[in-house]
Amino acid sequence: MTGHDVVFVLVGLLTAGGAVLTVTSKNLMHAALFFAVTLGGIAGVFLPLAADFLALVQIVVYVGAVAVLFMFGLMLTRAPIGREALDGQNRGLAMAVAGGLFVVLSTLVIGAFGDLPTAEVTGPRIDDLGIAIFADWVLPFEVLSMLLLAALIGAIVLARRETGESGEELTVTRIEMAQDRDPDALEREQAALTSGSGGDGEEHA
Amino acid sequence: MMLLVTSGVAPYLAQAESILDVGDTFIVPLLLKLAFVLGIFFVVPLVAGYLEHKAMARMQHRRGPVEAGPFGTLQLVADGIKFIQKEDLIPSAADKWVFAIAPGVALVPAMLALLVIPFGPGVFALDLELGLFYVLAASSVSVLGVLMGGWSSANKFSLFGGLRAGGQLIAYELPLILAAIAVAVQAGTLSLVGIVEAQAEFMLFGTGINLWFVIPQLLGFGIFFVAALAELSRPPFDMPIGDSELVFGYMTEYSGIKYAMYMLTEYAGMVTMSALMVVLYLGGWQLLPGVPLPGCEGAGGLFDCDVTGTLLGVVVTFGKIMLLVFVMVWLRVAYPRLREDQLQRIAWQVMVPLALLNLALVTIAKVVY
Repeated sequence: MTGHDVVFVLVGLLTAGGAVLTVTSKNLMHAALFFAVTLGGIAGVFLPLAADFLALVQIVVYVGAVAVLFMFGLMLTRAPIGREALDGQNRGLAMAVAGGLFVVLSTLVIGAFGDLPTAEVTGPRIDDLGIAIFADWVLPFEVLSMLLLAALIGAIVLARRETGESGEELTVTRIEMAQDRDPDALEREQAALTSGSGGDGEEHA
Repeated sequence: MMLLVTSGVAPYLAQAESILDVGDTFIVPLLLKLAFVLGIFFVVPLVAGYLEHKAMARMQHRRGPVEAGPFGTLQLVADGIKFIQKEDLIPSAADKWVFAIAPGVALVPAMLALLVIPFGPGVFALDLELGLFYVLAASSVSVLGVLMGGWSSANKFSLFGGLRAGGQLIAYELPLILAAIAVAVQAGTLSLVGIVEAQAEFMLFGTGINLWFVIPQLLGFGIFFVAALAELSRPPFDMPIGDSELVFGYMTEYSGIKYAMYMLTEYAGMVTMSALMVVLYLGGWQLLPGVPLPGCEGAGGLFDCDVTGTLLGVVVTFGKIMLLVFVMVWLRVAYPRLREDQLQRIAWQVMVPLALLNLALVTIAKVVY
């Protein structure tokens, strides 16, 4: 057992602990935080495997962006601030799915790679990695980035659907702010909305 | 953990040797490097804070701190002692654990970023092959601490402050990273020491005139500086703690040592970002473009230095860092706070396109020449 193994096991335990706590904690924000610990732990697992570039990418993308966006979204929408809990009540089903997946995946992985010989790990130099991605594998790289771009545009289209031009107009509930305003203004605005010409800038009073 | 893992394995390390690598033992350089990073982390931000006190006071026709120590130099030490003595208040509705951990989550990445920053010839803890990327990765984690603090305080103002901080840090991280990538493209390396070396050897096309990267990448430097200010929530980008609307944003409920930890994060961030700008754009420890340090023999007259050259290099680096800190203070006094929508619009509609343009120009120039 080398020092690498010790670090690997310790970080692995931390990651697994974070993962268990992610699904068992009753508070949604705590779950998101433990999820961040898990993602950071995965970066730590990459380090003793000599994949330091991958570890840093994991931190930037998953801890610095995905976990932060999770928390941002929770805070923006329905996070109970302070100590209140928000629980999905799907514990049994989730446990069954996760356990089933674990059995299937571990059987597959052990069946496929179980008898391979082990080797000393050495990572590639970063310039070799860069040449590999941007010279030898540039076409798959570009195709992947196009896929991501399509997903990005799709997400924007979906998110804008309720008020934007891309979907059906919703009937907007107006908050009546000033009774002494021009009484015809309300009708004119409603007519403009229902005729379908209204953009997203017209629904507020 | 990084230290434990890295010191045994060659691929993590770039070529440059730290002056702290003394002796053959594992533990002595390790302790020296820890002391070096912690020393810088706890001392230099105080100097930056003192500079801010004094410079701001001068610009506002005041004198600033004068009582504690000679010329008020020990004011921030006195403040630190005061913060430690204060009662550690935790709101009764707050989520105690998250509330307690949050300042640490913000503080530790700021500390980790200092691990790879070179302050002179050989004066650094580690020269990682991925140094620049490592600094950006470490600093991207600080947002978590801010969001945690904003949420766990169980306070509307804190929540809004945390949200604003989250939105702002996400928005300005992109131009920051894109500007830094352009430097890496021009230098051809991600190692911070390697970037300093590349600047010492960069000549104006076809001539023998040495230039720092700030000249060919003036646009990138501007983007990096503005984005760095926004990342640090420094005025005029201090919407997250806008005191006229949000009391003190995500720090509203914090007091005592935890509040001091948030403040130390901000000032350490100023030092880290300034040091990064010095390394990326302003030639590192080079006195002037094309001028070798006395007593140095290596590439560009900046490496393999004797004691004088090393000390001079450190003085030059810290001088440049403090100059940039001074500019940050100057901007704080000169400009009013931006509105939240202006801030987001500048990030997404101005900074990101400009950063992409800068990256494209640098890449084309790199391929052509």
